[in-house]
Amino acid sequence: MSRPLAPEVSAAVRQGAGVAVATGLYGISFGALAVVAGLSVAQTAALSLLLFSGGSQFALIGVVAAGGSPLAAVATSTLLGARNMLYGAVVSPLLSLHGWRRAVAAQVTIDESTAVAVGQRTPAAVRAGFWTAGVGVFVLWNAFTLVGALAGDALGDPRAWGLDAAAGAAFLALVWPRLAERRAQAVAGLAVVVTLALVPVAPAGIPVLAAAGVAIVVGATAPAAPPPATGTEADR
Amino acid sequence: MTTTVLWSTVLLASVASFGLKLAGHLVPEHWLATARVQRTSTLVTVALLVSLVVVQTFAAGSSVVVDARVPALAVAAVALALRAPFIVVVVLAAAAAAGLRALGWG
Repeated sequence: MSRPLAPEVSAAVRQGAGVAVATGLYGISFGALAVVAGLSVAQTAALSLLLFSGGSQFALIGVVAAGGSPLAAVATSTLLGARNMLYGAVVSPLLSLHGWRRAVAAQVTIDESTAVAVGQRTPAAVRAGFWTAGVGVFVLWNAFTLVGALAGDALGDPRAWGLDAAAGAAFLALVWPRLAERRAQAVAGLAVVVTLALVPVAPAGIPVLAAAGVAIVVGATAPAAPPPATGTEADR
Repeated sequence: MTTTVLWSTVLLASVASFGLKLAGHLVPEHWLATARVQRTSTLVTVALLVSLVVVQTFAAGSSVVVDARVPALAVAAVALALRAPFIVVVVLAAAAAAGLRALGWG
């Protein structure tokens, strides 16, 4: 390619690369927490390569660490990954891919690649942003997962390093940007109550799934939210 | 969990994850574009993550306890409110819990 990149395309590439570095780095915390939860280094690496969705990966090892059943671990991870299906439906028409490229795009369809892609204004910038963020996060996330897993293996007692507290902080950081809306805050409050109530009486893993069940009921039955900020006051 | 069970868990969750992602790329856009589906998906994500915060911070087996993880979570919340990057939030929380335990609490 001898032509210089259009400014909006190089801006998308820079944005994607920045997101990739920031996100890839916290693969270290995932790798360390996964081996602390009882996974082998190979299993930890396999999760980042094959499952490749940060929230779902943390959820799976969280349920395993708490002593939950394999079924509860898979169910929690999969429910948390359901949003990737919506992301796929959003980015697929923007990318217009076919065959194996579509399968590769699907694997790197995550929070970060979707966010960078939909933030661009031209089709070329959408593609550049999606692929830079998606492939960039994939490569760095996997590399740093391995670093974290090997480090975690060498650490000894995870509690002395505060790694058990790091897991809660990781989930809090993942949910933080999603708590802006009033209804999300209400569901968050319900999730706290349901979880605290069920931890003493239900098998590990079940309190988390019950919280998801509450959210499904609220989402399916609550009236439509007010229109987004683009609508005028008169529309409401 | 045994090694075989753990591997099965890892691989099954991976297949499910890829299946969902690929399905999103393959289904007609309007199937998933309804407001109710979008809203429910957002709320389920919030509920799962918040519930995992609670389990990771307050559960010890099947008891609810308050130990060094609780102030560590408060430190994480302050760091997030100050817009600290993810890795900084996680490291600060771990350092807070480790520090409190080194002092003999929690």
